[in-house]
Amino acid sequence: MIGLVVVSHSAKAAEGICELAAEMGGDAPLEAAGGDGDSGIGTDAERIGNAIAAADEGEGAVVLVDLGSAVMNAELAIEMTDANAEIADAPILEGALNAAVEATNEKSTVDSVVEKAEEAQSYRKLS
Amino acid sequence: MVDESTQQEAIRAAAEAVADRLEDEKEYLTDLDSAIGDADHGSNLARGFRAAADAVADDEESTPEELVKKIGVTLISKVGGASGPLYGGSIMSASQTLDEGVTAESSVAFAEAYLDKVKDRGDAQLGAKTMVDALTPAVHTFKKSIEVDELPPLTAFAKATAAAERGVEYTVPIRARKGRASYLGWRSVGHQDPGATSTWFIMQELLDVADDYLDGETDVDARSPTIPDETPDEVDDA
Repeated sequence: MIGLVVVSHSAKAAEGICELAAEMGGDAPLEAAGGDGDSGIGTDAERIGNAIAAADEGEGAVVLVDLGSAVMNAELAIEMTDANAEIADAPILEGALNAAVEATNEKSTVDSVVEKAEEAQSYRKLS
Repeated sequence: MVDESTQQEAIRAAAEAVADRLEDEKEYLTDLDSAIGDADHGSNLARGFRAAADAVADDEESTPEELVKKIGVTLISKVGGASGPLYGGSIMSASQTLDEGVTAESSVAFAEAYLDKVKDRGDAQLGAKTMVDALTPAVHTFKKSIEVDELPPLTAFAKATAAAERGVEYTVPIRARKGRASYLGWRSVGHQDPGATSTWFIMQELLDVADDYLDGETDVDARSPTIPDETPDEVDDA
């Protein structure tokens, strides 16, 4: 199964998003990689790298990110890992829910999970 | 070319000088960052470069390329936020240009590789009020001074440092388009970019250390003479 990693500047936000996503896709490996690794606000490449390693069961992992340095540290972590991991260009919460649903599909791939997550780009809250 | 053990010594000295300077400027950088960012630039960089200087302080084994890479890798693990990937990741990636040691040519290659990586990683172009605004004039001036004007490397780096200062000043009156400051929109105008500023401080320290090892002028301006004093033919003969 494809693993999911949620990267937020806030450890609480990352964990909360994982909680919500777990309700949708209970079986998919979900890892929160929030905060700077030193109980502060921020992101940390090493922490993200470890989360990717933990979420990857061999078929790869998809990374959901919030702002700025989350993207850069996730890119750096992916460059330094051997796992097949990709960042989804999606809103972090809605993208994580979509990704979790797709990840429970046995035929899902990293590409298909990224694609589903990115569908959340067009979601509107008010019509 | 300076021999390898002198290069290693200079790299360790540079890491130490940069770490000390950033410790001294910690509050100033954090003040700049609290105006338009998240107020962590000074402490993040000071902590990271201190760890990087310590990591190479007693390393007598590594080649110049490996030392520079080690500095980058340490920064990635010790600097939080965007500065880890931007400074550490770019140093790590650009260190490959030093596989045959530190020369005038490889320094230009390093500078260009570093700038490319920062722009790519940060997805920032010139004029977005970021460190790219200090780095671009610095790298262009360095390359031109070495490759076209054939200035001594120390003089070329002094001109590059002067060019970086102009870049830092340019960040003040423009609106941020990248990074946390961009969320402030027009309120970012009138504030100096912390990343451009720390980049310039780092270059000042590198220049100071280079001055201990190389000959050349350091009291120079980024501007070239309006009318070149030599004809192109004479330059070719030089």
